[in-house]
Amino acid sequence: MATLDLDRGMPGLQPEPSVIAPGHTPETVTGKISSIILARAPRWWYVAFGISFLVVMMFLTCVTWLFAKGVGIWGVNIPVGWGFAIVNFVWWIGIGHAGTLISAILLLLRQDWRTSINRFAEAMTLCAVACAGMFPVLHLGRPWLAFWLLPYPNTMGLWPQWRSPLIWDVFAVSTYATVSLLFWYVGLVPDLGTMRDRAKNRLPQVLFGFLSLGWRGSMRHWHNYESAYLLLAGLATPLVLSVHTVVSFDFSIGIVPGWHSTIFPPYFVAGAIFDGFAMVLTLVLPLRAAFGLHDFITERHLQAMAKVMLATGLIVFYGYVIEIFFAWYSGSHDERFMMYNRIFGPYKWVWWALIASNGLTPQLLWNKAMRSSPLVLWLVSMVINAGMWLERFVIVITSLTRDFVPSSWGMYRGTIWDWGTFIGTLGVFCSLIFLFVRFLPMISMSEMRTLTPGSGSHGSAEVAE
Amino acid sequence: MPSTKGSKAKCGAAPAAKAGPSRLDLAAVRERLAAIGGRGGPELWRSLDELAETPEFVELLHREFPRHAAEWLDERGDSGDPSDPSGGGVSRRAFFQLAGASLALAGLTGCTRQPLEDIVPYVHQPEQVVPGRALYFATTLTLGGYGTGVLAESHEGRPTKVEGNPDHPASLGSTDMFAQAAVLDLYDPARSQAILHLGQVASWSGFMAEMSQLLRAREKLGGQGVRVLSGTVTSPSLAAQMQELSRRLPAARWHRWEPAGRHNTRAAAARAFGRPLDCRYDLSRADVLLTVDSDLFAMGPGSVAYARQFADRRRVREASPDLAQKMNRLYTVESTPTSSAGVADHRLQLSPLEIEAFLVALARELGVTAAGVAASSGAAAPASAAAPASAAAPASAAAPSDIAGGSPTGPAAQRFLHAVAQDLRAHAGASLVVVDESLSPAAQVLGHAINEALRNAGATVFYSAPVEADPVDHLQSIGELVRDMNAGQVEVLILLGGSNPVYTAPAELDFTAALKKVALRIHHGPYADETAEFCHWHIPAAHELESWGDARAFDGTASIAQPLIEPLFGGKTAQEVMAVLVGTSELSAFDLVRSFWRGSGKLGGNFDAAWRKALHDGVIPGTAEPPAAPPPLAAAAVTQAAGEIEAAAAKLRQAPGQITLAFRPDPTIFDGRYAANAWLQELPKPATKLTWDNAVLVSPATAQRLKLGVNQRVQLSWKGRKLDAAVWTLPGQADDTATLSLGYGRSHAGPRGTGLGFNAYALRTSDAAWIAPGAGLQTLPGDYVFACTQNHHVIEMSAGISEDILAGKEAQARHVIRTGTVAEFVKNPEFVREMSETPPREMTLYPNRVYSGHAWAMAIDLNTCTGCSACVVACQAENNVPVVGKEQVLKHREMQWIRVDRYFSGDVDNPQFHNQPVPCMQCENAPCEVVCPVAATIHSDEGLNDMVYNRCVGTRYCSNNCPYKVRRFNFLRYSEKSSPLLAMLQNPDVTVRMRGVMEKCTYCVQRIEHAKIDSKVSGQPVAEQRLMTACQQACPTRAISFGDLNGEQQTGRAWEVVRLKASPLNYAMRGDLNTRPRTTYLARVRNANPQLEGSHPAAAQENG
Repeated sequence: MATLDLDRGMPGLQPEPSVIAPGHTPETVTGKISSIILARAPRWWYVAFGISFLVVMMFLTCVTWLFAKGVGIWGVNIPVGWGFAIVNFVWWIGIGHAGTLISAILLLLRQDWRTSINRFAEAMTLCAVACAGMFPVLHLGRPWLAFWLLPYPNTMGLWPQWRSPLIWDVFAVSTYATVSLLFWYVGLVPDLGTMRDRAKNRLPQVLFGFLSLGWRGSMRHWHNYESAYLLLAGLATPLVLSVHTVVSFDFSIGIVPGWHSTIFPPYFVAGAIFDGFAMVLTLVLPLRAAFGLHDFITERHLQAMAKVMLATGLIVFYGYVIEIFFAWYSGSHDERFMMYNRIFGPYKWVWWALIASNGLTPQLLWNKAMRSSPLVLWLVSMVINAGMWLERFVIVITSLTRDFVPSSWGMYRGTIWDWGTFIGTLGVFCSLIFLFVRFLPMISMSEMRTLTPGSGSHGSAEVAE
Repeated sequence: MPSTKGSKAKCGAAPAAKAGPSRLDLAAVRERLAAIGGRGGPELWRSLDELAETPEFVELLHREFPRHAAEWLDERGDSGDPSDPSGGGVSRRAFFQLAGASLALAGLTGCTRQPLEDIVPYVHQPEQVVPGRALYFATTLTLGGYGTGVLAESHEGRPTKVEGNPDHPASLGSTDMFAQAAVLDLYDPARSQAILHLGQVASWSGFMAEMSQLLRAREKLGGQGVRVLSGTVTSPSLAAQMQELSRRLPAARWHRWEPAGRHNTRAAAARAFGRPLDCRYDLSRADVLLTVDSDLFAMGPGSVAYARQFADRRRVREASPDLAQKMNRLYTVESTPTSSAGVADHRLQLSPLEIEAFLVALARELGVTAAGVAASSGAAAPASAAAPASAAAPASAAAPSDIAGGSPTGPAAQRFLHAVAQDLRAHAGASLVVVDESLSPAAQVLGHAINEALRNAGATVFYSAPVEADPVDHLQSIGELVRDMNAGQVEVLILLGGSNPVYTAPAELDFTAALKKVALRIHHGPYADETAEFCHWHIPAAHELESWGDARAFDGTASIAQPLIEPLFGGKTAQEVMAVLVGTSELSAFDLVRSFWRGSGKLGGNFDAAWRKALHDGVIPGTAEPPAAPPPLAAAAVTQAAGEIEAAAAKLRQAPGQITLAFRPDPTIFDGRYAANAWLQELPKPATKLTWDNAVLVSPATAQRLKLGVNQRVQLSWKGRKLDAAVWTLPGQADDTATLSLGYGRSHAGPRGTGLGFNAYALRTSDAAWIAPGAGLQTLPGDYVFACTQNHHVIEMSAGISEDILAGKEAQARHVIRTGTVAEFVKNPEFVREMSETPPREMTLYPNRVYSGHAWAMAIDLNTCTGCSACVVACQAENNVPVVGKEQVLKHREMQWIRVDRYFSGDVDNPQFHNQPVPCMQCENAPCEVVCPVAATIHSDEGLNDMVYNRCVGTRYCSNNCPYKVRRFNFLRYSEKSSPLLAMLQNPDVTVRMRGVMEKCTYCVQRIEHAKIDSKVSGQPVAEQRLMTACQQACPTRAISFGDLNGEQQTGRAWEVVRLKASPLNYAMRGDLNTRPRTTYLARVRNANPQLEGSHPAAAQENG
């Protein structure tokens, strides 16, 4: 802390806003955060959760109809074999990126501002990965046979086909989901102990007690906890890069113009972080206002997240530009036509909307006043979220509509069931998030306590040594 | 209790009480039987042993029905210890062992769902039937009355597929799409299934009773008021019955109406020669051909044979200096793209009346004079030789004055005319001008005159007595029928063989109103159609695959139709219905045909042997109509024809911008008779790639001039009649010409055929059977939704480029289609290979395979493909490919495994057409295989991309990664499994795919496996002639070759496909992707006329 304070005090540099509002003690932090769970839920929560739950019901309806009739209720066709399902899958996986990035990488990089948002971001990751994980199964022609993608001993003596990126995907996504879950849960353990101790009623006491794995807050516990947390952070870090790299292989291993590109791994990872941060902001800003968490999620956080978005946004924009350059530089007719088709073809509006939302909108964030305005940030985040969905649409669908042999060109249009399923997963996501903010501490109390003045033992407070 | 071992002791012990355990005491048995009998009622006994109640029987009973299950006794029980409390019974351990095993075994049965079915062996094994092996029977299918010999494949008594009969002149081993689709018609659940009388199910005997009563009454009047209406009849047995009818009922009359019949051709022959004559061609001897608005290679009698003859002169393999002379050259002038469009060396599009004017000009250019014709047709050889020679001299001087006018508009047409005329003249006697049905009789008279002047008659054109029985003018015939019906002179009308005049009759006749005035109306047809609706009786017609019959081919060759199966719905043949009229109803359909042929004497002295041979071979030898000597051409007819055309053209020129409405038989559903056939409905129409609809075809320029939107709804009008329809903009269509195909807008064509498209018959009148100049075309608000399989959405791009044109440009830029001219090829034989680079074989991450056994491959010659699409239907029939319906086609989900791509090149207002059949490429470096996560598509040792349906989970990644997009996915449950009728249609050698599964062309792997098994059994190598894919077998032009690249190792002789692949014209579509496709193409080489080449915009672009 001292080092940082020194930096902030350097002449010519404006002092950065603090990561926690002044005047907080460990007691006030714990009290404020735990009260959200222990108090009665506000009325808006019921309304919001109710709406989300209705959307979940719609999602289930769509899925039931899908299983009953077949994947043909969607708009997929030949040549566009992958439609909304894969767009949504990649989009959700991308959103699921920010959580682990904020938690693990920023932890390792000792960015103390991550503390207020990491728990929430991790929960968001899990919800997003849950949504993402459904799509590869739903989009199968015979979803009941999805387990054939897993290597298990069977009477057919068959293993999956290891050359296929879809198999890599299965492992990348499932590993990521597992590690993210573990990381999130291990981080929760001290807080669950706190909740157990603070709960007034029997049921929460039992539940939190059960989930807190006998946490007593002893020195030994703290030691084990911190070792485990740090190790998991180390384990999760490469996964942040690997998951979306592997997801991008789904495309770059294919030979379709617009897919077959070496730029995809970094471009996808940057896009995912970009999108993930946008989604964190999209969710955190309203919740901060609703629960009055301005003390813990301060302007410092917004600034930092906006800067990450700007940086990754620029990488993504660079990706768009370099794709155009390479289409020309490759000398390949197919690549050139693909790019021409993206920009001037029947789906040109998607591409231009993408450039407007992902390329131009983040440029607002150069301006500090814009970065400080929650409303602007929120709107920008929403635009970026939509823009990233469009990006996946451009990559997955526009590329497929017009590939190598002109006789087989064809357009694609999502049906009502495509939209229902997509919007349905938004409902699933929101429902899970609402349940999370209602029943689990959305900000890490144990870590926040270390940020209060005078504390200096745990977690990121190591920075202060 | 004694244990297992002890049981013997027990058995041994028990009989000790009785004596002689094994001896039957018969007396005692009788006693017991009597006692039982005494008890009353029958008592069943199982054996004499039972009756004797011998201990062996008692023991047997115990062992068979083990109440105490001696086997359950375990070792401990065997201790023989009498103090054992278990009494030697089952131990707890053994009990649980048994119970556990039973449970486990019971669980096993739940592992797989076995279909419950009874397997019943033949009680009487039919001769030759080996379950699992197909039998082939020669039979005959007809279209528009004309027969095509086919071999029908029968699996345990059900026909599943039709192949061409190599011995039949109209087939030569190939078929058109209609023959391929015949099996679906056979099993169509929408077929009429019962005799109906006043809409109620009735019986055949009831019909016969009513008829015999009626005939008795009518006979007294000489058959007054009895009329029969049929389509074109070539069947000798049916014709004989008609003669018999007129003998028995002299006042009865036989009317004919073939909606897409050869009305103009017949009329032209009558005008030119004074009597009906059939005209047929020998394309193999024609060096220069001009087809004039004629669908010579896809429609009409003999089209399959003509396509083969034509293609045989275009199989270019090597660049030789005299290639241009060896190859034929095809010019085509047409108003709407036909089967010639994709193979023509030069194509000119003109509206029908302009085409006729063009013919006049051509006749003049060629020096056809009335006098010249008269002289040349005077059968004096020197004179006929002199006529073109003398005409050649004053070519440009326009010396013949008696043919006036006829100057085609535009410089392009002028150039074309001169070039064609010069070329035809240079090849007099070895050229051919084909003007047929769609142009007016006057134009066809000119066609005859031109052929005459070019000395083609007798060389490439042959005239013979008509094949049609009792040829009459159909338009006149149906007109008379309607006149008589209206006059109340018709009391009994029998509509024979699927005649559907309520739907097809010329609009001005108002057939329906006239029909209602007939007292007794009898309809015989495969469907309870529009006409059946107005008839008292409806007799279901037997399908040709379930009937005895006969027919004659385009050249007169007669063949027998034999049934492959009992009529599924008790349908009757036309002969059976006629038998009722002529009083031979006691004869079966078989006897009717057989007795005719026995009586005809055409089968020689030993009738039975000859009959069997005729059935086996599928042709009756010596029945072809011999070519007659070229008859004298009526000189006056020629000048009159030219005058007529000129007058019409002059009228047209006075009102520029008039729309000429042209009717055509539909390319896939013909005159509407196949409207219920889903295969043909879903088959993309060759030029437009439309499915499930017809459309008013207009050229882009006309659409622009009339401000017609894409798929704009329009109202057509002709002589006060109106029809609401919708347009489809088609490059290659002549300006100011709207072509609408017949056969759509059906109201009674089953659940699949009803309510599709627009009914052209509603506008079609007798005087405008094919061409209606000056028809009205008004724009209506709104768009129609057409389901097109290629460039599904025609999007107006910037600068008015439609997606069609863009796709054509891209196809050329990517060398998907490769074309050149003979001159280019001769100059640089490597020009095709130089178009793109193929990466080295090693450029892959994965090890290269070595194919030591068979290596299957295909080569498709684009120079001979007319785009007729017979291959598509053949594949559908062979491989159980489902139809998906218009809605699914709109979503680009058609399932056909092979498609025929059509590209345009060059100018949008005068494009060239390119056809390209695309099956699976069976890539050696297959992009589909590496991306499948579950190894459902894998490479075989013989180079096939095998698709394992059972393993497919449906990620569709393989299709995404397939550059050719030849994979097809069951997005929904497309295969009809609920209908037992359609289940009979399925080829038992091919799996029926479920939903969620990817499928694609397999090179007919089931045929390959059959051939391999045969070869294994016989010890002979797989024979090239015995192994054909379905598409290859159907192809009329033999454009598709298939075989074993390593066949030489076994047979010592390279297969045809190897020779094709060695040609410098051979190329791999998108071979630049290093997919190493096993299916390759032979580039199209146009035999271009140098005179026309320079100016041809398309050609100029290609060259550049």
